[in-house]
Amino acid sequence: MSDLNLLPTDVEDDLRATVRDLLVDHCELSAVAAVYDGDRSLVERLWKALSVDLGLAGLLVPEEHGGAGASTREAAVVLDELGRHVAPVPFLTSAVVATTALLDSDHALLGRLATGDCTVAMTVPLSIELDAPGRELASVTADDGGRLTGRVTSVAGALEADVLLVPTVDADRLALYAVPVEQAGVEPVVSLDMTRQLADITLDGIAAELVLADAEAAVRRALEVGAALLASEQAGVAGRCLETTVAYLKERRQFGRVVGGFQALKHRLADLYAGVESARSVAVSAAAALAADEDGSVATAVAQAYCSDLAVHAAEEAVQLHGGIGMTWEHPAHLYLKRAKADQIAFGTAGAHRARLAGLVDLPPVRA
Amino acid sequence: MTIDELRGRVADFLATHDPRSTDRLEFLRARYDAGLAWVAFPEGHGGLGVPQALQAEVDRLFVEAGAPDNNPSANGIGLGMAAPTILAFGTDAQKARFLKPLWTGEEIWCQLFSEPGAGSDLAGVATRAVRDGDAWVVNGQKVWTSGAHNAKYAILVARTDPDQPKHSGLTYFLCDMTDPGIEVRPLRQITGEAEFNEVFLTDVRIPDSHRLGEEGQGWKVANATLNNERVSIGKTALRESGMIGVVARTWRAQPERRTPELHDRLLRLWVDAEAARITGQRLRQKLAQGQPGPEGSAMKLAFATIAQQLSGLELELLGEDGLRYSDWTMVRPESVDFTGRDAGYRYLRAKGNSIEGGTSEILRNIIAERVLGLPAEPRLDKDVPWKELQK
Ligand SMILES: Cc1cc2nc3c(=O)[nH]c(=O)nc-3n(C[C@H](O)[C@H](O)[C@H](O)COP(=O)(O)OP(=O)(O)OC[C@H]3O[C@@H](n4cnc5c(N)ncnc54)[C@H](O)[C@@H]3O)c2cc1C
Repeated sequence: MSDLNLLPTDVEDDLRATVRDLLVDHCELSAVAAVYDGDRSLVERLWKALSVDLGLAGLLVPEEHGGAGASTREAAVVLDELGRHVAPVPFLTSAVVATTALLDSDHALLGRLATGDCTVAMTVPLSIELDAPGRELASVTADDGGRLTGRVTSVAGALEADVLLVPTVDADRLALYAVPVEQAGVEPVVSLDMTRQLADITLDGIAAELVLADAEAAVRRALEVGAALLASEQAGVAGRCLETTVAYLKERRQFGRVVGGFQALKHRLADLYAGVESARSVAVSAAAALAADEDGSVATAVAQAYCSDLAVHAAEEAVQLHGGIGMTWEHPAHLYLKRAKADQIAFGTAGAHRARLAGLVDLPPVRA
Repeated sequence: MTIDELRGRVADFLATHDPRSTDRLEFLRARYDAGLAWVAFPEGHGGLGVPQALQAEVDRLFVEAGAPDNNPSANGIGLGMAAPTILAFGTDAQKARFLKPLWTGEEIWCQLFSEPGAGSDLAGVATRAVRDGDAWVVNGQKVWTSGAHNAKYAILVARTDPDQPKHSGLTYFLCDMTDPGIEVRPLRQITGEAEFNEVFLTDVRIPDSHRLGEEGQGWKVANATLNNERVSIGKTALRESGMIGVVARTWRAQPERRTPELHDRLLRLWVDAEAARITGQRLRQKLAQGQPGPEGSAMKLAFATIAQQLSGLELELLGEDGLRYSDWTMVRPESVDFTGRDAGYRYLRAKGNSIEGGTSEILRNIIAERVLGLPAEPRLDKDVPWKELQK
């Protein structure tokens, strides 16, 4: 077995350049900050440009459903760029998680996802852990007539969605239903990260369409792919924090010299560089492992365990090393900090991923 | 060449050289001649000019066939540092003379760089090389020279022009360690062993044909060695190889010693070790066949930290057994194995990982300045002729 290729292909480089160009033009950080003050106009505009104009909504949708039939590697490139720009779009929730959940269903929703005609969110709390028991994955119940009742809190991507994909439990089976979003109660939550704003969902005996009767494997796979690719977003966040901090410290002068020349700061940035390089490596490795179907669970756990904390550290360093200006609303560092901190909790904390890893690589905990 | 063609070459070689009946050295020399030694090296010099990534598969096939290896832990400096530098800067004659016996292990190499007055500040070396006809006469003292007691050859940095500023007056040589002017004295380490030595050079004669690179280019050539050193120290190809593998095995074997706190630390370090391994893999893919640059410093930095934390953790995990040490007897080891011997040795030996091959502080400077482009440390000695510097 030879090593997985961890370097970008030409296609991936082109994809990155295209996404970056669009984000540079259409995702100004001032507009991102405005989202916190209630001006969400950027969200729809940007998502349309990415999903429809660039066709990214259908990246993971198979070609027979009108999608691009790309792999997790390409989706990871997109997320890395979205992270670099803290872009407030539902790519992860719709084009990755919901799309992956639907992949085995052959459902018509796939075709609508592919064109960007329809955005979908799976109703699980953003903080859901990959090993969560079925009843936590699905707190909604379906009656015999396919009517859904229940409440799911802290769902990401629901505010941007046209259709909700709802996991339900009955006895010991997990099923997946589709509900038009207008029929559900969707209550926006004031979120730590308003660039991925959450919502609480209430379903009150709503008629829904059964999408997958036996959906546990599909839902778990969707969460795993989501977690694996979130690592690329985190690597993007961390990489951007490092770059902007290095650039600032090359300019800022105190004591008659550029402060980036002080060894105490150089050494912190050197450590951060080493961390960001490792974050990139494990994020790419997780995306490549899933694409090649080789040992994806370990690679995902490693990537999340590493990148979750590293991205937070990078954003915290960015705030600290910018001094007073790093504390201001004006400066974008806070956008990255909030995204990084929310991402750390998304799909389970680094600690949860380490606990999962312990089982996967046979490093058992203390015996009970 | 595809991986299957390469597998075919190995199979053909093994068909004509039965590892069980062929003499060990004869086998290794033939493997070199077949280009199956270091496959990324050019044809004629032990390789086939194929990507480095294919080496692991070739090594695996030879191990599987029960073939003798070249005992790499006895010649880490030769394989990891001298060879790539000779390949990059050597004349055809030098490559033809030195690379083969280096790879087979017939000639062990050591590194005569550090001196009492020049460690981190390697460019400050005082060992003098003076031209005498078609040879150089070398006088000086080196220190911390690992494996000098086993070495047949050394890579050596010496000052050839004291009138130049310190970086410009250096030249790089390949030095015969059996020259009568060489004296090697053991230096005992905190482990009890003497892996390294002091080396005194008195009127050592080095033919000009053993100069590597141009006169005055020693700093440039030395940097190629150092960059290679930093990607070769702690290089691991497989998951759970190196220190993490040792400690993970101890964990599995000692269920009664586990605590939640140690478990959490172990898992963090397992993730860090895996991240470092994958980062090394990515870096090697990026380098393909080129020379490593300053980016490798990040690898070495991570390696040292992880090895030190893991080996410390292992002693705590062993509890009472961690209080015992195998043997303090002064020996001069044949080879260096960071993960060899017992846990106490591993803990102590790992302390050197953040000093050898550039201290962690120096590596952070290198990353900050040469990778991130931050301002250099103030240098009072940069443009002053070396002979005028305060020593
Ligand atoms: C186990 C082992 C094996 C070795 N093997 C070899 C060998 O085979 N061949 C060989 O040539 N050498 C070898 N060395 C030597 C090694 O390369 C040097 O020890 C190392 O470069 C440090 O030099 P020094 O010991 O003179 O420490 P110094 O340079 O005196 O450093 C002392 C302290 O100051 C710090 N420091 C120095 N300069 C700076 C700076 N600019 N900024 C911040 N901090 C700084 C250092 O990090 C260190 O903590 C070996 C060392 C060890 C421990």
